[in-house]
This record gives sequence, structure tokens and C-alpha cells, in this order.
Amino acid sequence: MSFTTMLGLGQTALELALFNSLTVLALFLSYWMLNVCDLSTDGCFALGAAVGAVVAIAGHPWLSLPAAMGAGMLSGLVTAILQTRMGVNSLLAGIIVNTGLYSVNIWIMGGSSLLNMNKTATVFTMLKEALKGGPLGGQYALIIGLIAVALVIAFLCLFLRTKLGLAIRATGDNPDMVRSSSINPAFTTTVGLCISNSFTALSGCLLAQSQKSVTVDIGSGMVTVALASLLIGGVFMGKRSIPLRAVGAVLGAFVFRLVYTIALRFNLPAFMLKLISAVIVVIAISGPYLKKQFPLYRRQLAARLGKGGGEEC
Amino acid sequence: MLKLINVTKTFNPGTSDARLALDDVSLHVKPGDFISIIGANGAGKSTLFNAICGSFFVDSGRVILDGRDVTMLPEYKRAKSIGRLFQDPMRGSAPGMSIEENLVLAAGQGGWMSRAGRKEKQAFRDRLALLDMGLEDRMKQPVGLLSGGQRQALTLMMATLSMPKILLLDEHTAALDPATAEKVLSLTTRIVEENRLTCLMITHNMQSALDLGNRTIMMDAGRVVFDTTGDERAALTVDDLLEKFREASGKALDNDRMLLAR
Repeated sequence: MSFTTMLGLGQTALELALFNSLTVLALFLSYWMLNVCDLSTDGCFALGAAVGAVVAIAGHPWLSLPAAMGAGMLSGLVTAILQTRMGVNSLLAGIIVNTGLYSVNIWIMGGSSLLNMNKTATVFTMLKEALKGGPLGGQYALIIGLIAVALVIAFLCLFLRTKLGLAIRATGDNPDMVRSSSINPAFTTTVGLCISNSFTALSGCLLAQSQKSVTVDIGSGMVTVALASLLIGGVFMGKRSIPLRAVGAVLGAFVFRLVYTIALRFNLPAFMLKLISAVIVVIAISGPYLKKQFPLYRRQLAARLGKGGGEEC
Repeated sequence: MLKLINVTKTFNPGTSDARLALDDVSLHVKPGDFISIIGANGAGKSTLFNAICGSFFVDSGRVILDGRDVTMLPEYKRAKSIGRLFQDPMRGSAPGMSIEENLVLAAGQGGWMSRAGRKEKQAFRDRLALLDMGLEDRMKQPVGLLSGGQRQALTLMMATLSMPKILLLDEHTAALDPATAEKVLSLTTRIVEENRLTCLMITHNMQSALDLGNRTIMMDAGRVVFDTTGDERAALTVDDLLEKFREASGKALDNDRMLLAR
């Protein structure tokens, strides 16, 4: 493999990691801060892609970004209402919305499960035009990804220090405390999910526009991939400050993508990605638990083998 | 300040587990009152607090807080006027957030999008210094690192930061070791006195029930069975209280912790 191919591969991986890391940052808010595992992520990712594509095809490339984010917010609102006002279990609420979104997404794409944006003006083609001939000519996708990620991180860092942001963190950290305080947990959960889903949708929108097409299953498995990235990032940053942990989440997305790219280089077929991400999530979540349990397992095993304990009587 | 009028609450109504937790309770708390509440396990002391806070809605009767009928107001809307401490020191603060962040949240000043300024943070430090636990130098540390006593003292500070109309203490020193409990309790009386707070305190310690505050009520089976204040209360001993309980309920006091705490 030549150096340029490798560079190209690295760059594509970098761009994809940037777009995906917006979803990782969404889970950073919902999973880590709010302590809600939002399983509507897959559908919401595709929703953002679909809305963004339709709006761009209609001739409004810049409008496509806020439109996708608005749609994501709406989806988050539905998930939140289900779990805070209608007594639906929070995992189930996400799954229900995810299922419903499949139909909604096809409906948005005009009854088709695939939309092509080959000749569509998107934010990417616009920037490509603008940068033509300049020193950064070919880097338009990278620039858009970097700007989006930087804005989202900056927003999160500022937002999580406001009263509302603190209230959202407290809701995830000690629900008992929040329940007997003047904070309405239904409100903080709703705000948190709306914001996180708007990031997920933006993530889907940018990925779709960068690859110039949307399929209805563009978001399939996204929640596991993003969770894997988030947990990898957590390994780097541990319990540091919020800004560092947010940066860690993005780093996690890079590392995940790197692992994936390397796996592909070893001729692992592309369809194995989902399995890899599933295994990473399992290792990241159960690893610390198993490590803690290990001494106990060893004692149990020793007891079973008849070593130690058990006096003859 | 606080009025409960014929408040009744039954848990699991219509089932074999139905339990009358509050039986036609009426209570009038005047501004500045410090009332100690005693009673056997399951007498309805904590349920009384839950009814005041709105953890559930009462089946009948009315709850009037500071002249306002809050009977149907949800818990989070009443919470601004109520400070509450539980027995569990872990319950009142967020372990993953710093001391400072917990205080900012508890102070409840400014709008949702506001952030605590330097002045506000300095005010928190000054108030924490009053606790004399060195917490003012650990503002950025997560609350999860504090001991139970430190955490309960912090919760006390948080609960009284926004000047609640009424402070509810639910055996808030019971989970602490004796020395720490003593410290938190004296801190409580100091804060209550300095801020002239109206306060209700559930305790299992009969002696401190008589020593602290200006009024003592005794509960049994969801009712207030004995209510004393003034000279009558001043003359009471712990033995008198136990005798009163036997008279009122027809049985001996079965709160083992309470007996041990004599």
C-alpha cells in the first residue's frame, strides 16, 4: 500500500470520526451527564440525515443543518415525554421512538429508502467551491467536521456550567436529591434529551452530505458505536473536568475509527464493524466490574477445588 | 406559617396492604417554632413530612404553607419554600459534582442560563468556613469524597442557603457517629437560631426532643397523640414522655432505638 493511499485512508477515517464524534458528544450529555441510555439514537441519526438531505435537495444547503437539528430536538422531545410524562420505561421509550422513526424517515424521504445527493449543493460542495485553489483546497470536509465538533464542545462546556446544566448533571448524579428539590426532573430530562438528540441529528446530516447519499439504515448500530467511542474516551480521561472529558469523547471516536480502519487493513470484512463495536462496549462496561469480581471468582474456584476452608467433622 | 387541616393519607387503598398512614392530622406551626417530633417506628412521622413536601398528594385535607394552599402543588414547586434533610447523608447532595456546584444549584439564584459569579462563590466559601470542617478549601472537590458527617453538614448548608420558610429534619443525625451527630446537631440549632427558621425535627432521642426547640409532639398510628409546649413541656422528663405515650396509645413505646437513646 502506497503512502498516499494510507494518507487518504487516514484522512477519511479522521473525517468520519469527526462526524461520528458529534453523536458521541450527544451520548456524553445523555448517557454520562443525564444517566439516560437513549436508544432512539440510531433512528435520530437517520432522521437528521434524511431531513438534511431533503432540505438540501430542495435548494437550501445552509438551512439543512438547523433543520436537521430541529428535527432531532423534536425526536428527543417525544422520547422525553414518553419517559417523563407517560410512564414509559426510559429504555423502552428510546426503542419505541427508534422503531417509529424508521417509518417517519422513509416518509420524509418521499417513500424511498435511498436519496442521492450527487448533484445537490450541500454545505460540503459550497465550502469546496469557496476554498477552490486555496491552500486548504481539499480539506473542506475536515474543516466542517472540526468546526462542528469545536462548536458543540464549546457549547457543552459553557452550558454544563449554567444553573440548567448543573441541574441536568444533578438529575443524572442523584435523582433522589433532585426529586425533593425545586428542580423538576421531568424538565431537566426533557431539555437534556432535546439537546443531545439535536447533536445526533446534526451528526447524521453531516455524514449523509459528506457521502452524498442517505439510506434509511444509515444510523443502524450508531448507538453502540458511539457508546464504544465514549467509553474508550472515558478510559483516557477518567474523572477529570468536563471540558477534558468532552475532548476525551472525541478522542475515543478517533481511536475507535482507527481500530476499525486497522481491522479493515487486516482484510476483516466491513460488515464486522458492528460486532467489533459491540465487543468494545462489552469490554469497556464489564471490564471494571470483572476486575473487581476477580478475587472473589478465584476464591470460589479454590473453594470448589477443595483448597482451604471446610474442616473435617 | 404551616397549617395542616384534617390531612389523611392511606397507602395501597383498596388492597389487603392498605395502611392508614396519616389519620385526620391537624397541625398549626407558628413562625419561629422549633418543634421536635417523636413516635414509634411507623407512626407516620416521615409520612407527615412527605405530605408537607408533596412527595405524594394527600387523600383529603389541606396543606397551607405561608398562607398559600399548596395541597395540589407538585413537590418541586413547594421545594423552594422548604428545606429538607434526610437520615441518609448521601441523599442530599450530588456525589459526582463539586461542593461549589452543589452550592450553586442549592442557592437557586438567577435564571436557568445564569452562572455563579466570583462574588457568589466567595459568599459560599465564607459560609462553608462557618462549619469549621475545612470544606471551604475543597470547593472544587467532588462531594462523593466527603465523609457522612461532612456531607450532612453540607446538606444542611444547602438546605438553608435559600432561606426556606420551613426546615424539615428527618432524623438527620441518626446515621452519624455520636461525636459527629453532636456537632451537626449543634450546627443545626445555631443555623436555625441565627436565621430564625421555623423548624420541624423528627428525632429518636427523647432527651434532645425535650431539650431542643419550644414544642414537642408525639405521633402514633398516623395521629398526633400528644402536643406540649411552654411550662408544661419545661417540666417534663423522658420518663414522663414514655408514660404519656403509654397513656395515649395503650402500649409501651416499641422504638428500640429510641429506648436505647435514653
